[in-house]
Amino acid sequence: MARVIVDVMPKKEILDPQGKAVHGALPRLGFDGITDVRQGKRFELEVDEADEATLAEVREIAETLLSNPVIEDYSVRVDEAAE
Amino acid sequence: MRIGVVTFPGSLDDTDAQRAVKLAGGEPVALWHGDHDLGAVDAIILPGGFSYGDYLRCGAIARFAPIMAEVVAAARGGMPVLGICNGFQILCETHLLPGALIRNDHRTFICRDQVLRVENATTEWTSAYDEGQEILIPLKNGEGGFVADADTLDRLEGEGRVVFRYVDVNPNGSLRDIAGITNERGNVVGLMPHPEHAVEDLTGPGTDGLGIFTSALAALTAS
Repeated sequence: MARVIVDVMPKKEILDPQGKAVHGALPRLGFDGITDVRQGKRFELEVDEADEATLAEVREIAETLLSNPVIEDYSVRVDEAAE
Repeated sequence: MRIGVVTFPGSLDDTDAQRAVKLAGGEPVALWHGDHDLGAVDAIILPGGFSYGDYLRCGAIARFAPIMAEVVAAARGGMPVLGICNGFQILCETHLLPGALIRNDHRTFICRDQVLRVENATTEWTSAYDEGQEILIPLKNGEGGFVADADTLDRLEGEGRVVFRYVDVNPNGSLRDIAGITNERGNVVGLMPHPEHAVEDLTGPGTDGLGIFTSALAALTAS
């Protein structure tokens, strides 16, 4: 068994209202050193084997369903700790 | 003329859309997301609501509903297709329309009667209006900010594919005040405001929304 992680983040040029809301809350908690926050999503996909064919399939899943390429970027990586 | 309204799990405004079709003089046909059957309709409406709970992204899962294969094929074949609010989000996720809808810039759900300017009165859903006409239509959304890259926005403007624009106030951070757009052919239109809620004086701010539905019926009768 292996775990593949897909991170999806709003593109840099796209407004991220959720990240802004989180960022806006930080000074109220006394955290003044954070200059920006962006909020994304993390998907954990369990697979039998993280071989090249599986990773290609995961990239296709990330591109077609998990992310919207118009507003988001994604990255795919194998979770080494899970193996 | 038969206009189908697709109900997804979480659709809210499907019955209002059906009612609007009826008031406009058409025959509404209820369609189910899980079917591969368009019921011999002449046009299709994807209604507002929160299909699949808006999980993942608004419209992202509805895009892969069984009936969407038929809807996409029909739209590519020239059938009039209208997406209202969540339906607009689904059309963008399906890539029948460019761009995407993101969370309102002010981060709050908005519900107001909104003035729109009809920028393109030649689509299959807007021919009952005059270009430049201002209409009052309810708007209610949490994720209605229309975004696209600058090239896409320029192309939409250059090709006259911005169909509706917000007037006086930009309620959700939509780029260039865009409230609704169309595809190259003019048969697919998506907009965030809800014309089906402005078809009777009793239940809405007026009847300015009726023209959307009479436009499609007129286009179908003429063809």
